[in-house]
Amino acid sequence: MLEVVNLTKSFELHVSQVGKVYPIQGLSFHIRQGRFLGIAGPSGIGKSTILKCIFRTYMPSSGEVWYDSLHEGRVDLAQADDRQMIRLRERELGYVSQFLKVIPRVPAVDIVAERLLPLGWSQDDARREAERMLERLRIPRKLWQAFPATFSGGEQQRVNLARAFIVRPRLMILDEPTASLDRETTSAVIEMLQAMKREGTTMVGIFHDWDVMEQVADEILDITLSGGGTMRPKPAAAGAQAE
Amino acid sequence: MTSSSMNRPSEQHPAFPKSAYNFAFLDEGSKREIRRKTLKAVAIPGYQVPFASRELPIGRGWGTGGLQLTLSLIGRADSVKVIDQGNDDSVNAVSIRKLIEETSGIATTEDAAEATVIQSRHRVPEEKLNGGQILVLQVPQPEPLRHVERKEQITRRLHAEMDYSAIWLTLYESVVKWGSITVGADYPVLVHDRYIMAPSPIPRWDNPKLHQAEHLTLLGAGREKKIYAVPPYTNVVPLQFEDYPFEIEHFVGKSCRRCGSAHTFLDEVTDGETGEILHQCSDTAFCAKTIERRESHVASIQA
Amino acid sequence: MSLPSRLDSQQRQGAAQDAAPDERPILQVRNLNKRFGDGCAHCLPAHVEHPGNRCPRCGSVQACIDLNFDLYPGEILGVVGESGSGKSTMVRSLYFDEDATSGEMFISSCKNGESNLLAESAQQKRYIRNHVMGMVYQNPYLGLRMSYSSSGNIAEKLFAADHFHVGRIRERAAELLGRVEIPLGRMDEPPKRFSGGMQQRVQISKALANNPPLLLLDEVTTGLDLSVQARVLDLIRSLRRELKVAMVVVSHDLGVIRMLADRTMVLRQGRIIEMGLTDQILEDPQHAYTQLLVHSLL
Repeated sequence: MLEVVNLTKSFELHVSQVGKVYPIQGLSFHIRQGRFLGIAGPSGIGKSTILKCIFRTYMPSSGEVWYDSLHEGRVDLAQADDRQMIRLRERELGYVSQFLKVIPRVPAVDIVAERLLPLGWSQDDARREAERMLERLRIPRKLWQAFPATFSGGEQQRVNLARAFIVRPRLMILDEPTASLDRETTSAVIEMLQAMKREGTTMVGIFHDWDVMEQVADEILDITLSGGGTMRPKPAAAGAQAE
Repeated sequence: MTSSSMNRPSEQHPAFPKSAYNFAFLDEGSKREIRRKTLKAVAIPGYQVPFASRELPIGRGWGTGGLQLTLSLIGRADSVKVIDQGNDDSVNAVSIRKLIEETSGIATTEDAAEATVIQSRHRVPEEKLNGGQILVLQVPQPEPLRHVERKEQITRRLHAEMDYSAIWLTLYESVVKWGSITVGADYPVLVHDRYIMAPSPIPRWDNPKLHQAEHLTLLGAGREKKIYAVPPYTNVVPLQFEDYPFEIEHFVGKSCRRCGSAHTFLDEVTDGETGEILHQCSDTAFCAKTIERRESHVASIQA
Repeated sequence: MSLPSRLDSQQRQGAAQDAAPDERPILQVRNLNKRFGDGCAHCLPAHVEHPGNRCPRCGSVQACIDLNFDLYPGEILGVVGESGSGKSTMVRSLYFDEDATSGEMFISSCKNGESNLLAESAQQKRYIRNHVMGMVYQNPYLGLRMSYSSSGNIAEKLFAADHFHVGRIRERAAELLGRVEIPLGRMDEPPKRFSGGMQQRVQISKALANNPPLLLLDEVTTGLDLSVQARVLDLIRSLRRELKVAMVVVSHDLGVIRMLADRTMVLRQGRIIEMGLTDQILEDPQHAYTQLLVHSLL
């Protein structure tokens, strides 16, 4: 489903004159259809960089990111043109970051429903589906018409998740989605991730919380200080719970 | 100032002969220039042709555009009629007529049917004009787009590109504000399906008389230095909305207090003694003619 | 900078037709140049960079240099850059407000996308401005007749499209003004009595009057306070969604670009120095200038 070959990402900082920084160097890994890959490693080592290279928020410096698209065949995301990326993002790729970035003063339910409209949903259907999603993520009904900017961090993050999950992407990229959530909501998110996995969604993610990682991940990619990584199966100890 | 310079020139030169003027006041070169521009105006119906407006012994804004057209057109065999708001006897009409008479010596008339050149301000004669006649209208503001666009440079471009939405906008605004198009005089018309033209401040009543007319209509604006024309048998269509059509003035149940006509454009006059509102023909010459014709008809029956 | 000519890109599209048959750009701009001033023999050629792009001899300024880009149906393209980078000149040239010095522009819904619209006659350009494109200016005084009614402002566009039925025109004006949330009771008020945000919304509805497939927005939210700005941004997004209008959004505000644009173009001294997915431009800018611009963001 996703095959990363020799991925290198360097940042050339013209402004601060630090010169080139290489968070990721010669990284290779793959994810099979329907599997969940967790990325592990110490903070600041470039885990998010990998995810952003897949989603093309970062432009990979070299290497290949092969993705088996449903609509467009096998695509190298490192080389795909912008329009193709826009189409893939609309239909197949999902990305959840740590922060919600949306237009202020738009009700939460519309922010979520908005994602369905380019896919041909009617306004009403999209809104109903958005409400279902917010319900599932345990966002109080009274907040549905409120503006997310007024929400707590946890509530904002759940809106963010709802926005990503509602389009049922084939490949879900998760960048610390549970970072600001309380215990109960975290378990709701985990349930949701597991449900999506059962539906066949392929996922790759970073979790600050090792417990969560153990519950959802099938395999773990350890990032080393040199910028490379090694794949290993999920620790057996937590396996029973996730399966 | 010395007292001698206060003396009127005619006292100093008591015998300045009228014959010292060129025929019809303007010199031949000026007349040729005006005729040339007139021909261009006839060739492009509704298009405003700039011309070198001359100085005349009357002030700009008092009919100099129309007068220059008349003076450049007349020959010795012509007969001129001058009308001001339908009236042959107003001071303005009389002065212009006198000027024409004195500088050319040609005949003038009050009968619209007899005249070959009719110079008019604010009216088209009621009598139907024929192919041998020329109607000259005096124009204060030749640019129909002027009140929406002040710059000449831009109005010229708008005409060139047939960009007339601004003038439609003014009609729309009047419908929104007053419930109907309230333009009383100088109602904009589309000439020959091309140029929108200001027909000079004639009442809406007179607009249809320009459409497919037998006569040539020339319009002159002396102050604004423009000549434009409606040749015979040219379409002159007032602007109108599909649901707010152009309408002429109605005089339902009213008739002229003098000739009794109910088919002419009527002016409102107030009786100074009784305060009663009365109506009478705006075209005084036509009114007089109607009365005369009726009286001779009555006389012939009596005879 | 040499970008593929229009022919090349068409051939390339032909090859990619199976994957995405609907991907034909609505707007194609090729080698757009705009010079203010007459130019002279001493003007430096366009590809030579020099400060201010100003010819020391004749004082001519190259405001836009060899701009090339495509815009796809329903897409929002952001244009960022500092003051004087040529952003506004670019959109004004596309809307024929400025006469481009050279270059080509093709719009797919106009003459089958085969005619260079920059070379059309004045009448044709007027038709295109009224039917194919809409423009929203930063200064509403440029886009609106301030003392005429708001509905009249929309009507003016409809007259240009040969609609002369007052009743139907008013229906359409009410529909458009309702869409941008102007109360119907105020549709006959002149825009000069409206607040800045409302004026901008009237301007947007006027630009949309004849359902153009392409909308150009020049700094529309600049100068509005933040809450009003948010409403206008939301309006623009929903218009794109519902009407599938493609838009070029010019702004020096990266926050606005982040919220609206799918792809973003960075202009500097009249040149495109970087173009890509908006989040990529903002988070992983490649060019030194873009980095400076992004890192200046509060």
